[in-house]
Amino acid sequence: MALNVLRQTVKVKNLLFKTISFRYASGVQPLGQPELNKKEIDITFVKANGSRIKTKGKIGDSLLDVVVNNNIDLEGFGACEGTLTCSTCHLIFPKEIFDILPSKASDEELDMLDLAYELSDTSRLGCQIILTENLDGLEVTVPATINDARS
Amino acid sequence: MFKAVKTQLSYVKRALSNICIVGAGPAGFYAAQHLAKKVQETQIDIIEKLPVPFGLVRYGVAPDHPEVKNVINTFTKTAQLPNVNFYGNIELGKDVSLQELRQFYNIVLLTYGADKNRSLNIPGEHLTNVIPARQIVGWYNGLPENKNLKINLDVETAAIIGQGNVAVDVARILLTPIEELQKTDITHFSLERISQSKLKKVYLIGRRGPLQAAYTIKELREMLKLKDCVTVWRTKDFDNIGNDIIEKLPRPKKRIAELMLKSVKEQENLEQAKVFSPVFFRSPVNILGENCVNQLELAVNVLKGEDISSQASSMTEEKELIDCELVISSIGYKSHSVDLSLPFDDKKGIIQNTKGKVDVGLYTSGWLGTGPVGVILTTMSNAFGVAENIIEDIPKDNLFNTEKPGFSGLNAILKEKNIQIVDWTGWEKIDKYEIAQGEKTGKPREKVVDIKVMLEIAFS
Ligand SMILES: Cc1cc2nc3c(=O)[nH]c(=O)nc-3n(C[C@H](O)[C@H](O)[C@H](O)COP(=O)(O)OP(=O)(O)OC[C@H]3O[C@@H](n4cnc5c(N)ncnc54)[C@H](O)[C@@H]3O)c2cc1C
Ligand code: FES
Repeated sequence: MALNVLRQTVKVKNLLFKTISFRYASGVQPLGQPELNKKEIDITFVKANGSRIKTKGKIGDSLLDVVVNNNIDLEGFGACEGTLTCSTCHLIFPKEIFDILPSKASDEELDMLDLAYELSDTSRLGCQIILTENLDGLEVTVPATINDARS
Repeated sequence: MFKAVKTQLSYVKRALSNICIVGAGPAGFYAAQHLAKKVQETQIDIIEKLPVPFGLVRYGVAPDHPEVKNVINTFTKTAQLPNVNFYGNIELGKDVSLQELRQFYNIVLLTYGADKNRSLNIPGEHLTNVIPARQIVGWYNGLPENKNLKINLDVETAAIIGQGNVAVDVARILLTPIEELQKTDITHFSLERISQSKLKKVYLIGRRGPLQAAYTIKELREMLKLKDCVTVWRTKDFDNIGNDIIEKLPRPKKRIAELMLKSVKEQENLEQAKVFSPVFFRSPVNILGENCVNQLELAVNVLKGEDISSQASSMTEEKELIDCELVISSIGYKSHSVDLSLPFDDKKGIIQNTKGKVDVGLYTSGWLGTGPVGVILTTMSNAFGVAENIIEDIPKDNLFNTEKPGFSGLNAILKEKNIQIVDWTGWEKIDKYEIAQGEKTGKPREKVVDIKVMLEIAFS
């Protein structure tokens, strides 16, 4: 059990470190400049109002990295910077993609997802999805963040 | 330096419209972020009672949850936008009145949160060592008003009344091994007191059943994994929760119910360990003791109603006594009204509003408008929503048609009263100082808990 906790912390730390380093990178690097010759794939974010944002993401990056590095305009997305403590990076996947995502959601991810708005059977947290080659052309839905006061 | 120049510039660009946000917590910052992005040529001033920003992210979120506080990075970016200013050490209702603010600003958005607590209203609440959770949270997080909290931890058993995440936070902090706590930004004085604590057992008492418990699954899972601590349930509390019921629950409720049942099945009572003990179907009716509390009397409840989520508790004649020398009430935060003109709902403890609107040009968001429920995500979503409504109202209600002085008007009356205003540069100095103090003892930060000292550092 203790080991489990330890592993979790290590994982969180790594994620954190990664996000921060990319955050700096995004300030200096022009968009889409190949870093370490990593292959890029196409990703489209579909917002609640129907608008589509097409972008590219590097294999090995998380979907949160993609949003941060490309300055994608998704207000409030990634508040905890990928440390599995906020669920603002909630995304909804098409069923066929959801089924082939490289990792299944951990208990901790599901715990955070349980607090998300518009939770669906194909929901995941973007900070936990690492891009692989077979996700090329991915289209994900971003649930609306503006809820309470508008409904 | 940069900030000073910026402030002066905003004097020059006086043709702007002015928005004032009162309270620098998540609601204030998220609303500012949305407004700054969407409304052109507008100066947004966030005023804050304390010399330091971030509200409950700094003073509520538990010290062992530093990841949650990463939102501070986003708030900092917002504060550094060219058309956003932070002005700390200004209290609405004391240093400036609501009428004055509305004269100076085209739009006033109140996001001053919920900084009071509900009382139990039962006999014995005044006894020594009966303490609201809010004060304990303030004490371990360095809220200036709670720095001298009197709490006796030279006791074996504590009973926390309430089962929300705040209650669980307090239980966890009191039960976490000191080696873990000392790596956090917990205040040095609370750390010292907790390190000498004799506490062995903490009850977490709720009116209703396990399926209605307010804590969320992440917080529960943390308790189940806590080092040197076992969770001990009363098996009987789960008697009526069969598979047929669980299968019908929505996914979040189902998962937490399954986690609890698994833990009930696996529970063991280890001799050495400390005990965390959730107790259901009980309402506190009497706190007993001479000067200091030594027993808590609970009424046994039954649930009424069909729908699981809305089942209400109803007291029976049956009572239970538990021995405890510390009682912590955690039955909710509450807002207060800073001005008689505000339509304040005393019962709910919120300012009455329609989608955030209180009056023409006057709005509220966050815990002040919604009540003290939900996580930062909830507050964020509400703040974006209210900000969006403000944007729609600007042309409809002609909110920008009159020219108003903005900060220069406010500054004039504060000067008269000799009130020192802490701007973002001032906060950055305090921030640096705290981090440096923390480094000395291997902590991420040692918070300054004295407002006078904060001001000295900010103006050094
Ligand atoms: C103990 C505790 C732990 C929590 N832990 C978590 C967590 O782990 N994760 C999570 O997502 N959420 C957590 N939350 C919830 C989260 O803190 C709230 O959702 C959020 O802070 C509410 O934001 P707010 O802006 O409405 O209020 P607040 O954060 O309270 O901000 C209000 C601000 O207004 C200021 N103010 C008050 N009166 C005045 C006045 N008269 N004039 C000027 N300024 C004034 C206050 O000083 C404060 O800075 C926790 C809450 C509590 C109480
Ligand atoms: S960014 Fe917070 S959970 Fe993913």
